[in-house]
Amino acid sequence: MIAELGHFALILALCMAVVQGVLPLAGSFTRNANWIASGRPAAYGQCVFVAVSFAALTYAFVIDDFSVEYVASNSNTLLPIVYKVSAVWSAHEGSLLLWVLMLGGWGAAVAYFSRNLPDIFAARVLAIMGLVGIGFLLFILLTSNPFARLTLMPAEGRDMNPLLQDPGLAIHPPMLYMGYVGLSVAFSFAIAALIGGRLDSTWARWSRPWTTIAWVFLTIGITLGSWWAYNELGWGGWWFWDPVENASFMPWLIATALIHSLAITEKRGAFKSWTVLLAILGFSLSLLGAFLVRSGVLTSVHAFATDPARGLFILLFLCVVIGGSLALYAWRGPGVSRGGQFHWMSRETLLLGNNLVLVSVTGFVLLGTLAPLIYDALGWGKISVGFPWFNTMFIGFMPFLGILLGAGPVTRWKSDDPVGLLKRLRWAALASLALALLAWLPLYTQASWQVALGIGLSAWIGLATLAGFVRRVRDPRGLVSALRKQSRSYYGMVLAHLGVAAFVLGVTLVSLFGIEKDVGLKPGESVTLAGYEFKFAGVESVRGPNYRAERGSVSVTRDGALVATLHPEKRRYFVQTQPMTEAAIDVGATRDLYVSLGEPLGEGAWSVRVYYKPFVRWIWGGGFLAALGGLLAVSDKRYRLSLRRKIRVKVAGAEVPA
Amino acid sequence: MKRWLPLGIFAVLAVLLGIGLSLDPRKVPSPLIGKSMPAFELAQLHDAERTVSDADLRGEVSVLNVWGTWCAGCRAEHDVLLRLARTGLVRIIGLNWKDDRQAAQQWLRELGNPYALSAFDQDGRVAIDWGVYGAPETFIMDATGIVRYKHIGVLNDELLDQEILPLLKKLKSET
Amino acid sequence: MRFLIGALLIACAGVAGAGLEAYEFTDAAEEQRFKELIAELRCLVCQNQSLLDSDASLAEDLRRETYNLMKTGRDDAQIVQYLVDRYGNFVRYRPPLDPSTYLLWFGPLVLFLLGGFWVFRTVRHQRAAPQISEADAERAARLLDEESK
Repeated sequence: MIAELGHFALILALCMAVVQGVLPLAGSFTRNANWIASGRPAAYGQCVFVAVSFAALTYAFVIDDFSVEYVASNSNTLLPIVYKVSAVWSAHEGSLLLWVLMLGGWGAAVAYFSRNLPDIFAARVLAIMGLVGIGFLLFILLTSNPFARLTLMPAEGRDMNPLLQDPGLAIHPPMLYMGYVGLSVAFSFAIAALIGGRLDSTWARWSRPWTTIAWVFLTIGITLGSWWAYNELGWGGWWFWDPVENASFMPWLIATALIHSLAITEKRGAFKSWTVLLAILGFSLSLLGAFLVRSGVLTSVHAFATDPARGLFILLFLCVVIGGSLALYAWRGPGVSRGGQFHWMSRETLLLGNNLVLVSVTGFVLLGTLAPLIYDALGWGKISVGFPWFNTMFIGFMPFLGILLGAGPVTRWKSDDPVGLLKRLRWAALASLALALLAWLPLYTQASWQVALGIGLSAWIGLATLAGFVRRVRDPRGLVSALRKQSRSYYGMVLAHLGVAAFVLGVTLVSLFGIEKDVGLKPGESVTLAGYEFKFAGVESVRGPNYRAERGSVSVTRDGALVATLHPEKRRYFVQTQPMTEAAIDVGATRDLYVSLGEPLGEGAWSVRVYYKPFVRWIWGGGFLAALGGLLAVSDKRYRLSLRRKIRVKVAGAEVPA
Repeated sequence: MKRWLPLGIFAVLAVLLGIGLSLDPRKVPSPLIGKSMPAFELAQLHDAERTVSDADLRGEVSVLNVWGTWCAGCRAEHDVLLRLARTGLVRIIGLNWKDDRQAAQQWLRELGNPYALSAFDQDGRVAIDWGVYGAPETFIMDATGIVRYKHIGVLNDELLDQEILPLLKKLKSET
Repeated sequence: MRFLIGALLIACAGVAGAGLEAYEFTDAAEEQRFKELIAELRCLVCQNQSLLDSDASLAEDLRRETYNLMKTGRDDAQIVQYLVDRYGNFVRYRPPLDPSTYLLWFGPLVLFLLGGFWVFRTVRHQRAAPQISEADAERAARLLDEESK
């Protein structure tokens, strides 16, 4: 009954989406005030109905309604309640429902916060979002209905994939989807602006907070995904350049480029064409990612159950959305930007360079991800493109990005003096070079130039950002007042860039100084790694809520003092019987100690894998710091609604940029 | 003019993705096709004292079928193999891959034996030489010993009638 | 050599998926070399995993094959070629550098250079474009804004 209600709610949501997609758009051309006004209530309506539908599916999971096929395939009575809820989005159909839930939510948010936008423009934005909603809702209702019933209800469900039974993995899809769908807002703004023929700094200013929030969610989502992979997959890796990982990384790269491009368009009115294209590209890559993950054209551990028929639907949807928007761009896109001129040495140029690098990285990630498919489709043979290729390319591009990241914020808009710039940055540059050189000394292993590069870059980004900060708050009237004077937007940028520096440092140190050992240990035996002694005490059988496990006990000591007792497990879930390794990690700010169990070797001995991972937390710390920076930037007072309304009331008649 | 470039690139991409939908990303085509078959010598499945080698496959058109009792697809294609054996067109040599000798012999006793000879590859070394990565797999060699065709996956009657039998006839007429 | 492998296999009989501790290495450098080799080789039956990470039976076989080849003195390129001869380039995570993959290896650089050239042209072009003053631009924007309301 509830499932049918959920299904019906989806159909109603589709009706709302049709209204939202068609009426306001048509009304914006015919200048029909009623039609224009229908956008907001339709958006709220769609949001409510999708929420009802999602609640219905969640309810079905919580009460173990195995007559619903999706629940039976992905849940189990023994599954802890937290995972029963996260099982809702653990497979294809439910994750799509999560997607439209996010779409409905963002649509309602845009409807609410767009009340001080010009009506015609707001109507078009909502309409575009409605059209996207139609596509997804049709996809669900026609090919991927999560509410389909089984004629024969099984007594027990097939259980959720054990790999997904982890808190990090539970929250990772919602964060990612918030990001993917959030990019549709920037997309809708861009399309609406193209339709209306007005692309200016006002449009850029409206788009900015939405884009930044979407970017924050994407950052958090990707960081969580990497963190989960490290925790759960048992081999200490945190990024594999797997097609699905790349599918999330590409929108993030474009979103980053978009934030920076919007900044230029807002401040200087330049690069409108670029910015619009990036806005279209960002959401296009989100959609492309959905296609790659769900169609079966690429092999991936993350891929959902693949189905070429569904793939065809998404491909057609892609053609309509991306093809349509790019055609609109070609037809109505702005010509030469009437923006402010800028000199060769200026922040504009550096930001342009920054965007060039980001788009190039996106380009090569796309190339590498699709290459096996392209080669196969063209009959050029079957190849694999894996992490060695991606890492080589990434290391090739990263230095350019790093240098620009450091220099950009310190460079003046419009025109700057190169000598003056160098002077401002000389200490940061010298210190970075010195640190890089130190890292290159023969004290270290043969990978020394990579260490030098990584440390040098990280130092450069961090020190240049700090140098810019120090310069900015250098105020004879006092530090505190100078600190107060800086906008949150500025602090956000500083934090975000420092986050990148932390990330680079973490990646460099853990990649090049991480140590790993595989040994067979009998109870009582120990292995030494990086000054730590890992003593294996044996294994005992334990039982969890829906699994049975062999639980190892490893005590870690350093110079005789106990550092941690770790309990790696080898789990065998009752329903999905594949064995799962649950690694045990001693977390630290400067290093992780990571232990995972292999196989029993007989006579109580087990194969054990032990890792020393220096500074690995800085990878995700950097990611979260950057996300925090983004949040700070969005909370900047110029985006505050109340302030904007005040100003509008005060200066009646004339449009004043807040 | 330049503004139509993104759309153009996307159009090309969409076509490639469309083609991709009809492909299987996990299928690994064999680099052995067109080359002489790998040399091997293995104990026979039914008699550990005697051997099977590539010499048994050379001199005439032959088929090598990789199978195991643990493989559900092999069970599904067994009748098709029997049918092929009954045509008398060609000798089928079986490569029993990573299996248990007793279980494999039992299986052939119960279900019928389409193989003129059966090789027993317990550790899988010979299978690696043949580029085998899953069962069932079927190779067709011509009279000079060159691998001409590989089918990955289960054989069915349609495939037999439409591709394999015609190919076998063609290869035989080449000699 | 076969006897040794057989003995090893018997020793591991009943063990599902031997880990790397089953292999003997003369020193840490050799172990490292082995790990790096199998990390770049693809497990053909898995959903995108390397031989280092996979538990699959075929992965085990291929690991053993790689180990044996290493022990018989072949260098990395020869070992990889051995597997490529049998399974094609699909088995390599690092695509080969030959005329068929020039597009892949040099494509990013070419794109970057093209992009750089385009940036160069854009910056130079916009400096030459006729400019209205910023005050006029804002006034125009205001007028257009009121018109669209």
